[in-house]
Amino acid sequence: MFPDKAPVQNITDSTIKQVTQVLPAKKIKTGYRQVPVECMPGELKSKNMSSVATLQHADVHGAHDAHHEHHHHETFITKYVFSQDHKMIAKQFLITGIIWAIIGGLFSVIFRLQLGYPDSTFPWLEDLLGHWAAGGKLKPEFYYALVTMHGTILVFFVLTAGLSGTFANFLIPLQIGARDMASPFLNMLSYWFFFLASIIMFSSLFVQTGPASGGWTIYPPLSALGEASSGSIIGMDLWLVSMAMFIISSLLGGLNYITTILNMRTKGMSMTRLPLTIWALFFTAVLGVLSFPVLLSGAILLLFDRNLGTSFFLSDIVIAGKILPNEGGSAILFQHLFWFLGHPEVYIILLPAMGMSSEIISVNSRKPIFGYMAMVGSVFAIAILAFLVWAHHMFVTGLNPFLGSVFVLLTLLIAVPSAIKVFNWLTTLWRANIRFTPGMLFAIGFVSLFISGGLTGIFLGNSALDLHLHDTYFVVAHFHIVMGVASFFGMFAGVYHWFPKMFGRYLNNTMAYIHFWITIIGSYLIFWPMHYEGLAGMPRRYYDYSGWSSFNMFAGLNEFISFVSMIVFAAQLLFVFNFFYSIFKGRKVTELNPWGANTLEWTTPIRPGHGNWPGEIPEVHRGAYDYAKDGKEFIPQDVPVGEDESKH
Amino acid sequence: MFGLIGAWYCNELYYGKTLFPQGSASVEGEKIDLMLLITIAITGVVFVITQVLLFWFSFKYQEKDGQKAFYFPHNTKLELIWTTVPAIFLTVLVVFGLKYWFKITGDAPKDSIVVEVTGHQFAWEFRYPGADKVLGKKNYKLTTAKNNLGVDFADPASHDDIHINTTMHIPVGVPVKMVIHSQDVIHDVGLPHFRMKMDAVPGIPTTQWFTPNITTADMKKKTGNPEFNFEIACDQLCGSSHYAMRGVIIVETMEEYKKWLAEQKSSTILCSRTRPRFKI
Repeated sequence: MFPDKAPVQNITDSTIKQVTQVLPAKKIKTGYRQVPVECMPGELKSKNMSSVATLQHADVHGAHDAHHEHHHHETFITKYVFSQDHKMIAKQFLITGIIWAIIGGLFSVIFRLQLGYPDSTFPWLEDLLGHWAAGGKLKPEFYYALVTMHGTILVFFVLTAGLSGTFANFLIPLQIGARDMASPFLNMLSYWFFFLASIIMFSSLFVQTGPASGGWTIYPPLSALGEASSGSIIGMDLWLVSMAMFIISSLLGGLNYITTILNMRTKGMSMTRLPLTIWALFFTAVLGVLSFPVLLSGAILLLFDRNLGTSFFLSDIVIAGKILPNEGGSAILFQHLFWFLGHPEVYIILLPAMGMSSEIISVNSRKPIFGYMAMVGSVFAIAILAFLVWAHHMFVTGLNPFLGSVFVLLTLLIAVPSAIKVFNWLTTLWRANIRFTPGMLFAIGFVSLFISGGLTGIFLGNSALDLHLHDTYFVVAHFHIVMGVASFFGMFAGVYHWFPKMFGRYLNNTMAYIHFWITIIGSYLIFWPMHYEGLAGMPRRYYDYSGWSSFNMFAGLNEFISFVSMIVFAAQLLFVFNFFYSIFKGRKVTELNPWGANTLEWTTPIRPGHGNWPGEIPEVHRGAYDYAKDGKEFIPQDVPVGEDESKH
Repeated sequence: MFGLIGAWYCNELYYGKTLFPQGSASVEGEKIDLMLLITIAITGVVFVITQVLLFWFSFKYQEKDGQKAFYFPHNTKLELIWTTVPAIFLTVLVVFGLKYWFKITGDAPKDSIVVEVTGHQFAWEFRYPGADKVLGKKNYKLTTAKNNLGVDFADPASHDDIHINTTMHIPVGVPVKMVIHSQDVIHDVGLPHFRMKMDAVPGIPTTQWFTPNITTADMKKKTGNPEFNFEIACDQLCGSSHYAMRGVIIVETMEEYKKWLAEQKSSTILCSRTRPRFKI
């Protein structure tokens, strides 16, 4: 029912693009009128869903604005379910991501209950989880399943699909000046593969032997052998199949993002005029396309080991008194495959948050982002280095120390572009005129968290210190702050900032400020104390510390952390309420450009239709950060350069 | 905005309460502690400066009537400064780190005591080489209920080996080299007091050495905790009882250690009833 549109549209779009590039804007009409709209085949004229129609009506008919009502043939299914409009797909990703975030967050609250109150029982848990919490006390197997699913859900389903899925889809066409993605159909498939992955992962929660419970890193042999862990029986197969679907989704999306950014920029939008969000999303997509296939290969080999008797990752194993026949495999090989994705994955999560924060900080400081080219360069450097540091997760696996030293050097190199970014953000704030919109608060919070979490990376990346800190709460604190919470802050900043563009309404500010303050204070209260636990060598992924004389002095602290985490979780529910309430009842947006921003998305109508601009796509004459220039508060990208304008 | 800084100050209070004040129990760990302190000092300064600037700028440059933002898109000199300064500090950290790293992960001294550590779900077992100072060969295919480590008793070196469960004894002041095995899934010999850690990987033996510098008895006095023990914590998720995979290390004087070792029975005695043909 859909595929016929995609290729047609591609050809038309690129044809127009060529025409646009060759001819000055005003001549497009004449140049293209060789195909008058009256002579178009009937079905092309009525293809209201695709941007082909929009383009032909708008560009061919020139200023014929009456044609911008294109939605009269849309059904509920094509508009809201199998939509090919990048904006609707973005919203689908966002809402699915929010649902997953609630589930993943709830899991963390449940296992924090066990960590904070190991001696208590919670009868309501039995009602919720059945035999996994018989007597109101979580079973260790299920504790580990919750930890595993919390990690998997948050890392992949929320902060990858929910974050870059949402904002790459939403912002790329709007900010580069394109009608839609290069292939709207693949884009739609990307969401539905993600949806399929979600269904499979969700169903794994309900199998008798429990979902995967080997940690989100699923190291074999634990994840390969059902005898080793009940979560590795059927739960692990479902996990692997779900992740395979997820990877397909991610690749379809990523290829689309890259193609769109490279090929479909509007006239005048050179690469160096792209907003930093787009640069960040571009490198995110490149990282994903190059690294996710490696995880897929690891997942497939693991499926073989599990089900077909191969020995890629298994050797010399005696389990439950049984001598396994597998010989010659290497358990460490899997870790290489996993972390070759796993480390870039961290940046897949972080870069979009960086890009959005850069954009939002500049807009709300009313000041150009400091060092645009340095910002682009540092994202590029981070993207390159992201591929060269994976073994810093493996310093204590018995890795060759010399190899380890190379990874130390490359890992600590990442601190240089990170430092550049931080100082550039700080300088952007210096002598600014800052508006504290909720989006801005979260963007500043992002910078704060990025500093805090980034600095602890210097500890962990140094292999000698990693000998002590590896797999302790120091690591938990580090990656939750820098990758988890910081990226969430970037995501919140993005949602608050672009919600008016998405839904034509504002989020409630009071709830937003409450949400911000509870979240930032709570996050520091949760994760800061974990550094101390980690410095004392307290291992992560323990169900109960009370049997350990080295770690049981932290019982009070663990209780405190659990308590705060419940408050923070409640604050997120406030955000969820605000989000859904405001979609329907929020204050309506009445001006085209409520934040006074320069980027192209604010030149579209308040509620843009499919195709984004009813008339011609605006031409770009300048970079995205001409704020406070020549005494003007802001100069949007589509404003031509004035004769007396200063050059910087 | 300044409330945030307050939040961090509150956290500073935890420092005295929860940081492990006993010092490292191994010579190598002392170096790691020194490095930790240097790193904390450097990152601490950067942390305070950047966070204070972030919140000070945010506070000072709030939107005001008549205030205009300063157009300042780039400045090559500034950008070069904050590229090179972090690079210099990082070089220092890398150099220190790698120096210690190569020392710690390098070959164990020749006079080291060798102990074989084997992890399985969910316990630790130890094997000492005995009088000949050579550990007997192992083959996982020989594993039986009685010979649970799969020792190859055809190897004469195995006959005087000593097999111990859960609690490992080592002498103070002498390097100890652990040869680490796993029988099923990946475990990790985590030694928080000695600041050491090494994975136990099925099929791939790993090694780790350190020099304990204080005995368990002295540590009990130092911490004022009569229950104190050096613990081996499994640091790699290994299944449902991962959190209970606990081993104990007793560090004692050389005399105590030798006395203890002499009291242990060798593998030959343990296996002689089942496999008499290996008596030579």
